[in-house]
Amino acid sequence: MNDELTNNQDLKRREFLKSLATIPVFGLFLVNLWIKIRGDALKRKNLLLDLVQENEPPAIISSLSDSKHLNIGVIGYGGRGSHLVRGAGFATKGWIDYAYTASKENSLHKAYATFMSQEDLNCSLVGVCDLFDVNADLAIDASQNDIRPGGKPKKTAVRYKHYSEMLAQDHIDAVIVATPDHWHSRITIDAAKAGKHVYCEKGLTRTFQEAIDVYDTIKKTGMVLQLGHQNRQVEANDKAGQIIHQGLLGPINLVELTTNRNSPWGAWVWNIHKDGNINTIDWDTFQEPSLNKIPFGQEALKRFFRWRCWYDYGTGLSGDLFSHDYDQLNQIMGMGIPKYAASTGGIYFYKDGRDVPDVWHVTLEYPERDMTVLYSATLSSNNSRGNRIMGHDATMVLGGQSNAGSVGGFRVIADRESTQYKDRIDKGIINTKYPIYNYSPGSKQIDGVTSATSQYFANKGLLYAYRDGKRVDPTHLHIKDWLDAIRTGGQPKCNVDVAFEEAVTCAMATESYLTGRRVEWDPVKRKLI
Amino acid sequence: MEEKHSINSSTLINNTQLYALVILRILIGWHILYEGISKLINPYWSSAAYLLDSKWIFSGLAKAIVSNPTLLTITDYINMWGLTICGLCLLLGIFNRYAVLGAMILISLYYLFAPPFLGLEYSRPGEGSYIIVNKNLIEVLALFVLYHFPTSHLIGLDRLFSESLKN
Repeated sequence: MNDELTNNQDLKRREFLKSLATIPVFGLFLVNLWIKIRGDALKRKNLLLDLVQENEPPAIISSLSDSKHLNIGVIGYGGRGSHLVRGAGFATKGWIDYAYTASKENSLHKAYATFMSQEDLNCSLVGVCDLFDVNADLAIDASQNDIRPGGKPKKTAVRYKHYSEMLAQDHIDAVIVATPDHWHSRITIDAAKAGKHVYCEKGLTRTFQEAIDVYDTIKKTGMVLQLGHQNRQVEANDKAGQIIHQGLLGPINLVELTTNRNSPWGAWVWNIHKDGNINTIDWDTFQEPSLNKIPFGQEALKRFFRWRCWYDYGTGLSGDLFSHDYDQLNQIMGMGIPKYAASTGGIYFYKDGRDVPDVWHVTLEYPERDMTVLYSATLSSNNSRGNRIMGHDATMVLGGQSNAGSVGGFRVIADRESTQYKDRIDKGIINTKYPIYNYSPGSKQIDGVTSATSQYFANKGLLYAYRDGKRVDPTHLHIKDWLDAIRTGGQPKCNVDVAFEEAVTCAMATESYLTGRRVEWDPVKRKLI
Repeated sequence: MEEKHSINSSTLINNTQLYALVILRILIGWHILYEGISKLINPYWSSAAYLLDSKWIFSGLAKAIVSNPTLLTITDYINMWGLTICGLCLLLGIFNRYAVLGAMILISLYYLFAPPFLGLEYSRPGEGSYIIVNKNLIEVLALFVLYHFPTSHLIGLDRLFSESLKN
């Protein structure tokens, strides 16, 4: 009887042990997991808390849009002008159809949703000036379209044949200038003198003297000028600036900025509109400020629609793309105007009659900061190089291939010969193969980006910005920033001071290419030597 | 004398075979459990990158999931918790039948959303070389074996609930 009981208990104990047999394996798992988590946390603590002072990400500033209704006019409603006007809350029916259909066909296409979720900026598009009838009609169509954030527009647009007629209208508070560059300074100066606030597309001016004139006029009139570098709204750039300000990169002696594009569109070979002709285009007004005048014809049509290819109307890579990269760096590091600029390049791929280079490089020297900034661009290769801020202790890589599909991010990689991180590298806390800091906003929310050129802009942070992890169009934020500054009497993020730095730097680079010599800036006499 | 265990009514199995099956179960459980936990403790993990690279018949569904933040969040939670719970159950040998089924479904989906078929190009770098057969497919098949040769009622917490102990 007792034997049977003992046997039975023994059996039960064995049964019980068998049921718990894998518990030690689970214990082993937990021990390893704990070691791993603790090790990772220690590394993270050493990399992040110790090194980077985490700030709260910028929230969208509380809305000021209900304080005063603003009447806006647009001068130049081409590709960029229409995007700026969308940023203010007005899209054409055609664009809405396109974006809506695209979102239905490709659920990753977010342009429609992004537009419709924009804040209503409490403004009306009341005036339009474009030298091409088709564009002017489209702008009027946009001003009337009910499908917009905020619903039915309060007022609609009137067309003015010449911008001076628009500036004479008392009810217009502010103008968006998105004409070709050769008109920027004249319209901006006239608008400020007429008491209108100005949002001007980049590059601010085509020549050095125009930059001086615009700066002096804006300072004298006190109007609010916003230059169209929407990268100023990208929080990654503020974060990058904070990291550099903390000295985490160590002494920085070299910065490399790059542009890589490889498509006709990216090289400004834009469509010649089928309805563009002598009756629909005011060619004489278009070429009025330029030195070389030609009669209307096939060449004029090409120049009207592909104006960036000629120095008569723009400055090619300088005003279009170098200006963006320079301004991003100026935002991050407060570079200001360089002491010297030298540039070289040539027309090596697009031999289509243009006179601006398609491969172009600039060297900016800042002897007082012990720093050189290199810019290198090609319009015939998509080998995305990104922008690199190279310090003795670490390198920051922005855009390009640095962010593996996410947009508007950057990473910081320690240098294996770093002095600042020597201890950490020796102890194995920092591995120089991997970033010590990785910033990829919106990485949990991936969106489809349609074309290679869009991807280019997205990598540069020009198409999307992130607020609280939600995608917003920085162009919208940039327009909002301008309107808020008008309402509060404050300064927008790309104000006349930084706009002037951009304009002079670009003018120095352009002049160096055209004259074949190094150009020096004299800040006292405000002259180029 | 070799002890015999009954896996089910029609199969007899010796100790070595039993231990091999239990070790297979534990290893798969360990793997899946850590896959789940590593996602749970990484605040930046999302299934979006994997889904965006999806090819073949489920690529449309993958795109639809990524484009809808709610669906994407649900998908992320199913993956994180699904893997963790299935892995834990396999390791401890509890609710084994359901855990094996759950793990099979999850890993089959990983295979089907990105199968290594000829002609399908993926942008993410592969960690091995595969044609049609990859490690996911093999793991699914290993789980299929475990489903038909359950061991948790012999070695594992399921034994506590099995008839043999109650008697």
